Amino acid sequence: MCTVCGCGAGETRIEGEHEHTHVHADGTVHTHTHTHAHAAEHAHDHAAPPPVAHVHEHPHADGSSHSHPHVHAGEHEHGHAAHHHHEHGVGGDLDFGAGPAHAHVPGLSQSRMVQIEQDILAKNNGYADENRKHFDDHGIFALNLVSSPGSGKTTLLVKTIELLKDKVAICVVEGDQQTSNDAERIRATGVAALQINTGKGCHLDAHMVGHALEKLKPAEDSLFLIENVGNLVCPAAFDLGEQHKVAILSVTEGEDKPLKYPDMFRAADVMLLNKCDLLPYLEFDADLAEANARRVNPDLTIFRVSATSGDGLSAWLDWIAAGLEAQRGKRAETVDGLKRQVAELERQLAGK
Amino acid sequence: MHEMSLAEGVLQLVEDTARREQAHKVKLVVLEIGRLSSVEPEALKFCFEAVTHGSIAHGAALEIVAVPGVGWCMPCAASVPMEEVFGCCPRCGSHQVQPTGGTEMRVREIEIE
Repeated sequence: MCTVCGCGAGETRIEGEHEHTHVHADGTVHTHTHTHAHAAEHAHDHAAPPPVAHVHEHPHADGSSHSHPHVHAGEHEHGHAAHHHHEHGVGGDLDFGAGPAHAHVPGLSQSRMVQIEQDILAKNNGYADENRKHFDDHGIFALNLVSSPGSGKTTLLVKTIELLKDKVAICVVEGDQQTSNDAERIRATGVAALQINTGKGCHLDAHMVGHALEKLKPAEDSLFLIENVGNLVCPAAFDLGEQHKVAILSVTEGEDKPLKYPDMFRAADVMLLNKCDLLPYLEFDADLAEANARRVNPDLTIFRVSATSGDGLSAWLDWIAAGLEAQRGKRAETVDGLKRQVAELERQLAGK
Repeated sequence: MHEMSLAEGVLQLVEDTARREQAHKVKLVVLEIGRLSSVEPEALKFCFEAVTHGSIAHGAALEIVAVPGVGWCMPCAASVPMEEVFGCCPRCGSHQVQPTGGTEMRVREIEIE
């Protein structure tokens, strides 16, 4: 899945990554940053890299070809389990017919229909599933915080971290088009934070978060907070593998925002109504805002909070604690399952 | 705005398939877009033209099949047609309707030669 919206690829940056370009004889150009920004050609299995290093072939116009193993920078592998990529070499010269030269024989071609029947977001969803498995296996509770710019996401995060950091390990992924200001604000609290700049992009995708996971290496049973790009439209469509999307609406916005941007409030499980300390000074009808949100999503859990005064935060923190507990349970199940397998294998081995 | 990303997703599926089928030209791409999905068909058409420029799908026609929205109304305990995600049940007027169909965004098939 492309990581960039509104332009070509190559604008996404994850702090401390690099980029390189392959040019092939048939004119194809691959650029990969070793983030998620490459030209939509590679699959990366990150959450649980397969033990096989991938080798792929690039044929050249003179008929020769070279292959190179695609294992980068130690831990980074390209797994190709379920994807079709790098098929330049498959089919030999016919591949060149697909290039800019269009070297086919007139009269021999025939139109035909090919069924695809695949979800447009299949690629993103595949990465999201890997992330989710990683979170479940390691007991990590992951939240994707979404809102319009200026709703107080970062302030709320900082406050939440300050109240929780002595009880649970936390790391944070910050998504913004530019600057690492938000990651710096988070780091000032003492927890690890990684900034992802999406360039022209308007949302984070699961592939970016997978790489962030590799870099941040969140601890077992920890809290993983993803602050998405401030945007009430695009992030709704992209599953990152999180347990819950948390939408933040501030009382300085309109009560009808959930109706204006229904996709986001439908995708979220939780809504935080932020800046409630300002309610006495505004003509904002909090009950109407909640009713509108529930019109779009009847199952929405809503908390009224103020990140600056701290009002209402205890209910939000309790909700996080319950989520952490549930994820720990999932990890315990995984561990128990593995122990049972080991016991069974040892029993079989003893019988040999 | 993320229609550009979606268009790139479509192109990727089309290119993968075209390569596998050893095609040299893609003439038609057929998508199924649910009425309740977060896609604006007109914007997607525009973006599709932009991203396919110079690719194997350059100049391919894009056909978008609209899939009607269907929801499960909790008070009625029945499947009802839905026009929009925050729509109400046409039978009882309740907003407790969960979309069950019409949220898909799929590439159905392509015509190649």
